[in-house]
Amino acid sequence: MRFAFTDDQLMFRDAVADLLSNECPPEKVRWSWNDDTGRDPQLWAALAAMGVVGLTAPENSGGLGMNEVDLLPILTEAGRAALPAPLLETTAVVIPMLAESAPDALAATWLPGLSDGSVIATVSLEGQPFVSDAHIADLLVAERGGSLFAVTGDKLRLTPQTSVDGARRLFTAEWDEADAELIASGDAAAAAVALAFNRGAVAAAAELIGLAERMIAMTVEYVVARQQFGVAIGSFQAVKHHLADAELKVSFARPMVWNAAYALANGEPDLDRSVSMAKCFASDAAEVVARKALQCHGAIGYTTEHDLHFWLKRSWALCASWGDASWHRRRVAASLLD
Amino acid sequence: MDMRFTEAEEAFRAEARAWLEANVPHGLPSGDTHEGFALHVEWEKKLFADRWSVVSWPEEYGGRGASLWEWLIFEEEYYRAGGPQRVTQNGIFLLAPTIFEFGTEEQKAQFLPRMAAAEDLWCQGWSEPDAGSDLAGIKSRAVRDDAAGGWVINGQKTWTTRGAFCNWVFGLFRTDPDAARHSGMTYLMVPLDAPGVTVRGVERLDGDEGFAEVFFDDVFVADDLVLGGVNNGWAVAMATASSERGLTLRSPGRFCAAADRLVELHRRLAATGEHPERVASLREAVAQAWMEAEAYRLATLADVSGLVEGRSQGARSSLTKIYWSELDVNLNETALRLLGPAGELIEGSAGAIDDGAWMKAFEFSLSGPIYAGTNEIQRNVVAERVLGLPRK
Repeated sequence: MRFAFTDDQLMFRDAVADLLSNECPPEKVRWSWNDDTGRDPQLWAALAAMGVVGLTAPENSGGLGMNEVDLLPILTEAGRAALPAPLLETTAVVIPMLAESAPDALAATWLPGLSDGSVIATVSLEGQPFVSDAHIADLLVAERGGSLFAVTGDKLRLTPQTSVDGARRLFTAEWDEADAELIASGDAAAAAVALAFNRGAVAAAAELIGLAERMIAMTVEYVVARQQFGVAIGSFQAVKHHLADAELKVSFARPMVWNAAYALANGEPDLDRSVSMAKCFASDAAEVVARKALQCHGAIGYTTEHDLHFWLKRSWALCASWGDASWHRRRVAASLLD
Repeated sequence: MDMRFTEAEEAFRAEARAWLEANVPHGLPSGDTHEGFALHVEWEKKLFADRWSVVSWPEEYGGRGASLWEWLIFEEEYYRAGGPQRVTQNGIFLLAPTIFEFGTEEQKAQFLPRMAAAEDLWCQGWSEPDAGSDLAGIKSRAVRDDAAGGWVINGQKTWTTRGAFCNWVFGLFRTDPDAARHSGMTYLMVPLDAPGVTVRGVERLDGDEGFAEVFFDDVFVADDLVLGGVNNGWAVAMATASSERGLTLRSPGRFCAAADRLVELHRRLAATGEHPERVASLREAVAQAWMEAEAYRLATLADVSGLVEGRSQGARSSLTKIYWSELDVNLNETALRLLGPAGELIEGSAGAIDDGAWMKAFEFSLSGPIYAGTNEIQRNVVAERVLGLPRK
C-alpha cells in the first residue's frame, strides 16, 4: 500500500507548475477573456513540447504512454492556473479513447498530431449539450445514436454559447453523419463512452482541486495583508473559520480524486462509484471554497478588476460539467442502495 | 501509487478476521455503565490473552509488533466484526504513545503490560471547572515534597470519561505557579485509590454514568509517576492531544462499519415498503454519509503513507479531528431521519428499531465536536498553523 505520488510524478508536476506560472499568469487568463479565440497557440505548443499534451498517448505515436495517475497532478496544476486550453478534452479524454477504441488507421491518423500539439481535439457525449473549444478543434469526437464518430473541425456548424467564465469557449455543434468517420458502435462504443465520461469527470475533479487550492491561497494572502480595526482581518476568528472550513473540504476531496484516478488507471471494480465520489466531493469542495473566498475578500472580490473571479467562474463551470455533485451523489446512491 | 496490501498483510487480515468472528461479543451493554464496564473489561482481557489488544505494540509489552498498515487492517476488521468500543482506549491509544515517547524504561515496564492486559484502566485528567478549551488555564497544583520524594496535589479535574470505573488517571498539574502559562505544568500519573482522591460520577447526555469529577486533597504522587520531566507537561500533553485528534483514537474502521450499517438500514426500510417518500428522499443523504466515511478512510491511507515515510501530519491532525467528529454526527443524524418517529425510542423500548442504537450513537457522536479540543479550537489551529493566519 502506498497512496501517494512518486518522486517522478511530483517532479513532472513541479516542472509543469513552473511553466504555467511563467506562461499562464493571471494576465494570460484575463487576455483569454478578451481575445477573439481566447487560445494561445504558443502556450499549447509549450505544453506539448514538455510532453504534457501527449502524456496519455502511446509512446509509438509520440506520446509518453502514461496513465490517469500520472496526469492527475498536472490537471490540478492546470486548475490552479485556470489554464485556458483544452487539456481535459484532448489529453484526458480524446487521446486515450482513440488509442483504445478507434480503428488502427484512424488512430494512426490523429494520435501523432495530437501528441505533438499540432492537432487539437474536443469531445461531445450525449447528455452534454455544449462543446468546449470547438472553434479551435481540428477533431471532434462525438457520440450519436449509440455510436462514436470522428468529425473534422471544418465539417462542424458551430453556434457560440456564452459561458459565465469568459475564458471558456462553448458551442453547440451540428454535423452530418456523412461527413463523419465511425470510431466504434454497439457495445464497444458504449464501453468507450462510459470510460470517456469517467475520465472527463475525474479530470474535471482534478482541476477543481487545483482551482480550490488556488482560491484558498489567494484568500490567505489577502486576509493577511488586509487590515481593518488596525489588525489583519485574518486574525479574526470568523475569518479563520471560513478558511478552515475551506481547507477541510479540499483536504477530504483530494484523496477521493486520487482514488478515482487510481481506479481508472488500474481498472478497479466499482470504478463508476469511485469516479462519482471524486467528482461529487471535488464539486462540493470547490463550491464551498469559492463562497468562502469571495466572502473573505469582501467587495474587492465582487469586481472583475480583481483576479479572483476567474477562479470563481471556472469553478462554477466545472462543478456543473461532467455531472454535477448531485448527479454523482445519485449514482453513488444507486450503487449502494439498489 | 499502489492500493494493494501485501500477501503478509492480507494473511494478517485473515487471521484477525477469523479470530474476531469467533470471539467478538454481541449485545454487550454500554461500556460507560458500571454493569457494562465490567463485561467490557472481560472482553478486553480476552483480546489480550490472544494478543489482539494492542497489535501495534512491541511483543515485550503484549503486542504483535504490527505495522501501522496492519493496525489499520485490524481496526477495520474489529469494527467490521461488530466489536464494541474499546473501554481501554484512553490508556492504549492516548497514554501509551506518550509513554513510548517520553517514558523511562521503568515506566514502560511498570505500566504498558498492565495496560495491555486491562489490569490497569486509565482515564484522562485535562479539563477543570475553569479550564476547558483554555487548557493552559488549569489551576490544580502539585507542590514539591522533597522529604517524601514526590508531589502533593490539590485541585479538581472534570469531564473525566469513565473516571468512575478506572483505577488510574493521567493529566496536567501546575508545578510552577510563577512560570508563564504554558510552562510550569507537569504531566502526572495518579492512582485513583490513593488517599485524598474522591471520584464523583456525572450522568452524561445519553444517561450513562461515564463522566466523573475527580477531586484531589493532599494526594501524594511519587517522583516515578512524573512523565516526561518536571515543568515539561505542556509538550507531553500536546503529544497526547495529537494522538487524540489524529488517527490513533479514531481509525476509519469504526466509521466505515457504521456507514455500512446505515446503508443496510436504508435497504431494510426500503424493503418494508413503508414510508416510501421518506425513505426515497434520503437516498442522497445516505450516500453522502457513506462517502464521508470513505473519504476519511482514503485520507487515512494517504496520511499513513506519509507517516511510514517519515512525513508527520503536524497540525493537519486538527483537520482529521474536525472531519471524523462531524461525519459521525451526520451519519447518525441521517439514520434518525430515516427512522422518523421511531428515532426517539431508546434501548429497551418495544417499538425501537435496532433497540435504539441509532439514538444512542447519535448522542455519543455529539460529544465528538466537543472533546479532544472543541472543533472551534481545531479550526483556529488549522487557520493559524496549517494556513498561516496571524494569531492576533
